[in-house]
Amino acid sequence: MTAADAGALDSDPFPLSALQHAVYCLRQATLIHIERAWADNRFTAEGHVLHAVADKGGSRKARGVRRVMALPLACKRLGFAGTADLVEFHPQPDGTETPYPVEYKRGKPKLHRADEVQLCAQALALEEMTGTPAPQGAIFYAETKRRVVVPFDAELRRLTEETATAFADVFSSGVTPPPTTRRERCRACSLKDICRPDAAARPAKAWRARMVARLSAEEPAP
Amino acid sequence: MKKLLNTVYVTTEGAALRKDSENLVAEVEGEEKARVPLHMLASIVVFGPIFLSPALVAACAEAGICITLLGRNGRFQARIEGPVSGNVLLRRAQYRASDRPEDIVRSLVVGKVSNQRAVLMRALRDYGGEMEGAVRDAIAVVVERLAHIMRRVELAGEDVDRLRGSEGEAANLYFSVFDHLVRSPDAEMRWTGRSRRPPLDPLNALLSFLYTLLTHDCRSACESVGLDPSVGFLHRDRPGRPSLALDLMEELRPVLVDRLALSLVNRRQLRTGDFDRSDSGAVLLTDEARRTVLTAWQERKKEERRHAFLEEKAPLGLVPFLQAQMLARHLRGDLDAYPPWFWK
Repeated sequence: MTAADAGALDSDPFPLSALQHAVYCLRQATLIHIERAWADNRFTAEGHVLHAVADKGGSRKARGVRRVMALPLACKRLGFAGTADLVEFHPQPDGTETPYPVEYKRGKPKLHRADEVQLCAQALALEEMTGTPAPQGAIFYAETKRRVVVPFDAELRRLTEETATAFADVFSSGVTPPPTTRRERCRACSLKDICRPDAAARPAKAWRARMVARLSAEEPAP
Repeated sequence: MKKLLNTVYVTTEGAALRKDSENLVAEVEGEEKARVPLHMLASIVVFGPIFLSPALVAACAEAGICITLLGRNGRFQARIEGPVSGNVLLRRAQYRASDRPEDIVRSLVVGKVSNQRAVLMRALRDYGGEMEGAVRDAIAVVVERLAHIMRRVELAGEDVDRLRGSEGEAANLYFSVFDHLVRSPDAEMRWTGRSRRPPLDPLNALLSFLYTLLTHDCRSACESVGLDPSVGFLHRDRPGRPSLALDLMEELRPVLVDRLALSLVNRRQLRTGDFDRSDSGAVLLTDEARRTVLTAWQERKKEERRHAFLEEKAPLGLVPFLQAQMLARHLRGDLDAYPPWFWK
């Protein structure tokens, strides 16, 4: 890959949704968002249906809280843009409003922090755009039908910024990173057959030379 | 493992294809002949005058099902395809590599020669005992020379013309003994050398038809991983020619096509009467024979083989896709070479 490829990409923001993939596996995020290799499995298909409901947009007020659906967001500092499923604006005693992003997810809370990073990135964008701190948000899990409150603490903010910086590098260089070293993640990955984590590490040229030596030495059975 | 989805081939003149909820329905004279769920399909191939409903075309484009229109005798006419899963970076890498194609060409030629050799070795093993001594020796000599060419290609310098020359040399040697692999008693079913556009004897007609089917699959494989099927390495670019699809075919031809053609003839599933000879000398398969070939082709694609590089089992029908994927991964820098597909 040369610098010539990078020029076309580096001025565009990368999609906010890439962060949830990037924190799980930088290569997965690259395959989806840069190589555009998309393997739908059951999980991703259900995600589409869920989002079709959330993406209708609009705004309404419930119990004094302003709720804005499908709100466009951008974070210039970290270079990403996207859409929040839902942002609530909670009224404060001093008359101001605190942004409170809410993300809809299929399934249930996970062990890795992909969902939290995606939500925290929305908060960082909201803070940059509104100038108001967003101390927490929530993820609504369809399977458990529960809201999980996510505090945007220093550690989550650091992880989110690191992930955004790492993916921005890949996004501007166009170079696909190697498979993750955390191979247990490959098992649950819908892109495994496209990524080919095992093949990616294998030297193909030496393999070909060995195969030629071996096969060309084989003789027909008498 | 990616699922091997089906290809529907429609050869009945005047048939009508339409969409009924999420199914493809084939009708002949108003009567329903077949019904297939769209999610089971990778592509639809129609031969000659077949009606396609606009709703079906739209649904296929949406679902990523490619429709290929061929003439009655299999000549390519058009493809209908939805938005390609485009990857401009991959295509640029492909174009750059096509200016320095040496090592990819080396892999393609090594794979092809090895598989031609494997076909001959398999014939010696399976029925060498029934051959005359001189015939057996002639094949054994070619097997030995192909081994020599393989090693030479692997070690050769960077000259693409010399690699292409080796490929031609191997093909001449291979086809020089091909007639010995034909075991049909039919006098017309002999191999007298390659002829095409038009094929002049039944075996050539059969090979040409099967190559058309393989080209279609290789072309779809290129498209589905985001490669440009028209920019090749072994085959020089020529407007209108799917050079990369033809490149991918080379290493698969001996196994997927040549062996299938031989077994159809040797098992006498196809005989002299299955071919029409026109006044110009051109030989074509009859409609009935094409159906026989298409069925055999579909069956052959389901056979599973171990992929030597990926070290996993895969149906033969998925091999074009896997090889296109390996090529894409090589072009994107994951693999230091394009790993050939070796048949054993």
